[in-house]
Amino acid sequence: MAGFKLRRSLLYVPGNMPSMLQNIPIFNCDSVIIDLEDAVPLSEKDAARHLVKRFLMNYTDRNKELLVRINPLDTKWGYEDLRVVLPAMPDGIRLPKADTPEIVERLDTLLTEFEEELEVEIGRFGILPSLESALGVINAVGIANSSERIFALAFGAEDYTASMEIERSRGGEELFNARTRVLWAAKAKGIQAVDTIFADVSDMEGLRAETELAKRLGYTGKCLVNPRQIEVVHDVFAPKAHEVEYALQVIEAIQRARQLGTGVIALGGKMVDAPVVKRAARVLRTAYAHGMVDTLIDEEAIHGAQ
Amino acid sequence: MALNSLGREIPESYAGKPLIPYGDPFAIRPQGNVAARPLKRVNPGEKKLLSSLREAIEASGLKDGMTIATHHSLRNGDFLLNRIVAEIAAMGLKGIWIASSSVHPVHAEIIPHIKSGVIAGFQCGVNGLIGEMATKGEIACPIVVRTHGGRARSVIEGSVHIDVAFIAAPCCDEYGNMNGYYGPSACGSLGYAQIDATYASCVVAVTDHLVPFPVVPVSIPQTLVDYVVVVDRLGDPAKIVSTTTRVTTDPVGLQIASYASQVIEASGLLRDGFSFQTGSGGISLAVAEKVRNAMRKGSIKGSFGCGGITGYFVEMLEEGLFSALMDVQCFDQEAVLSIGRNRAHQEISADMYANPFNAGAVVNRLDCVILGATEVDTSFNVNVNTESNGYLLHNTGGHSDTAAGAKLSIIVAPSIRGRLPIVRDRVTTITTPGETIGVVVTERGIAVNEKHAELKEELIRRKLPVKDISELQREICRVTGTPRPLEFEDEVVAVVEYRDGSIIDVVRRVKE
Repeated sequence: MAGFKLRRSLLYVPGNMPSMLQNIPIFNCDSVIIDLEDAVPLSEKDAARHLVKRFLMNYTDRNKELLVRINPLDTKWGYEDLRVVLPAMPDGIRLPKADTPEIVERLDTLLTEFEEELEVEIGRFGILPSLESALGVINAVGIANSSERIFALAFGAEDYTASMEIERSRGGEELFNARTRVLWAAKAKGIQAVDTIFADVSDMEGLRAETELAKRLGYTGKCLVNPRQIEVVHDVFAPKAHEVEYALQVIEAIQRARQLGTGVIALGGKMVDAPVVKRAARVLRTAYAHGMVDTLIDEEAIHGAQ
Repeated sequence: MALNSLGREIPESYAGKPLIPYGDPFAIRPQGNVAARPLKRVNPGEKKLLSSLREAIEASGLKDGMTIATHHSLRNGDFLLNRIVAEIAAMGLKGIWIASSSVHPVHAEIIPHIKSGVIAGFQCGVNGLIGEMATKGEIACPIVVRTHGGRARSVIEGSVHIDVAFIAAPCCDEYGNMNGYYGPSACGSLGYAQIDATYASCVVAVTDHLVPFPVVPVSIPQTLVDYVVVVDRLGDPAKIVSTTTRVTTDPVGLQIASYASQVIEASGLLRDGFSFQTGSGGISLAVAEKVRNAMRKGSIKGSFGCGGITGYFVEMLEEGLFSALMDVQCFDQEAVLSIGRNRAHQEISADMYANPFNAGAVVNRLDCVILGATEVDTSFNVNVNTESNGYLLHNTGGHSDTAAGAKLSIIVAPSIRGRLPIVRDRVTTITTPGETIGVVVTERGIAVNEKHAELKEELIRRKLPVKDISELQREICRVTGTPRPLEFEDEVVAVVEYRDGSIIDVVRRVKE
């Protein structure tokens, strides 16, 4: 579990608005996706990428993960976005319209080239592909396996519904199959799954319901279009008190078993096996992020048990 | 010139009166007795109802050089002060001082009468153009800025004597009993006017809603009122109270509110008996909303809500989250409707609210107050009077009073106003001394005054973004750059009184 990164909330910020970029440090989201794609008009593509570069160069005390959504690589802006922005060291690239494994592989190759040029560690830049078409959803498994840089799969419902020629409803029933398929691919690969945006920023109840659904399905985070949505999403992804209590008991049981030198760990008459420990560790890391527990989980205790 | 304890240069005297430099929030001990007013006798059958404002002014005995007062509960919808000044001008009077509880932008109409010498000066703070013009040197009239509690003190101790108080009375009978609860110009609490009525030499009630004797409930009684005058309109109801006091939806404001509410929770004050004051700004209301939710969640029953009362506080009262509201002024329509309906919605005078020189003001019982700022400095001193251009645009209100009284005073402000950083090396004008400020909350971090070291530790433990105030300043200035200092002339255009009457700062003419 080394390298675990909490990604409950991934907030979109337009790359062409200095007033919004300057507020990035203040919001409590886990990740920011600075957008050079849909939020930026064609006439501002060039200015926006340079603005983003300047912002990233000056944002030295980074307090959250920074991703940049570039334009698709088959447009005339995609490569240029990478060329200008990568020297400012974002943490990763959000790749829109990741319809096929080949598109991701191409980005992977480009990132490697830039890493060599910039003399940084190969694999430094992560990839968050956005599966947002029927083709992308069908290819989810192949995409998940197309690059080791991929740390999560993101589902994009707006473009997906457009590609399906359907309307997106508040309940989202029409998204169910696609959501599940993206999720399966992510879980099979052992990476995170990030749910689509909820566009109505005034409908907090709708946002909560959709986030709860995504969490129940297995998603670990959600993309957001407004900072006001962060609190609701974090609240949904916060572990329940009884989950935290149980997870603490699991860790305590592991530590007790290690002191006794026994490999068999039981709690309340039930065996504590690796999946239970893994789940407990995830709950406690999330609980720590929410301020529900005071200390970070004892990694040694976890790894020792596994 | 003398230096006060905050390092501000204070002249020996201003507008012919000696000044006391500010020393400490609680140092001055008052001596002597409260001011007096003339004894009166009104025999059975004598009438108080006069036919016009002119007749009332004549009957009051107002003369050149005297002082008049109005109250500001009708705020920017007030018609009365403008009408009185116009009438005084028409009568040929000169050198009149205004000692209203506050002057609003709507009163810019009296500027020609300042220029012509009808109005000589202000024994009160001003909002808007009058202050701006004075700061630019475009009008010459002394201004003494006072807090709500400080104004009550100055009238009660007699350092400001009101010769004639004209009281806008939204609901009044012909013998002078009045309240602000009913009528077309209803404004709710008459907390400021109660002081004027008690201490002025002559009291004129002006109403647009004369009702049969007796008005009940009585906010200001007939025993204090000399004359009653009926006018067509006291004010513009749309501007008397705001109907748009709403929780902010701005993400930055919400972030600030979230931090502020977490500060309150971390302070340990949010428990049964909690008492609280906020303003009507969007961020303040967002804090109130979060506090309300926390009180619900924790089944906390508060003691009282205070100050300018909004519908939010009314809802909290009616929900049982507070036992009482202590109301010196109503900030919105819901509050006005409540004060006539809820027995536990208590109208209080500015004296009871915040006067430091009585046997105990309500602000002394406040656990927590949320306040705004135009600037804060690295010593936690707060400016609410002048803007960063140096213009005197705002009165103090209850800012310094509540900061001094409350156990915890929290400043909430966006880190950047316009393009300027909120935290400065030195504020343009000190309104409220840093030693009475507990915490400064911005969206970029929380600065805690060292006197609240335990709270600071608790906030750090809760993983809130606690920063040294200088560190916060540097961080903001990395975004905004460092603003060039303003330049001022030597001429003092206004003095800022602390609540005890000492001078905390002066406003100088801006060098154009």
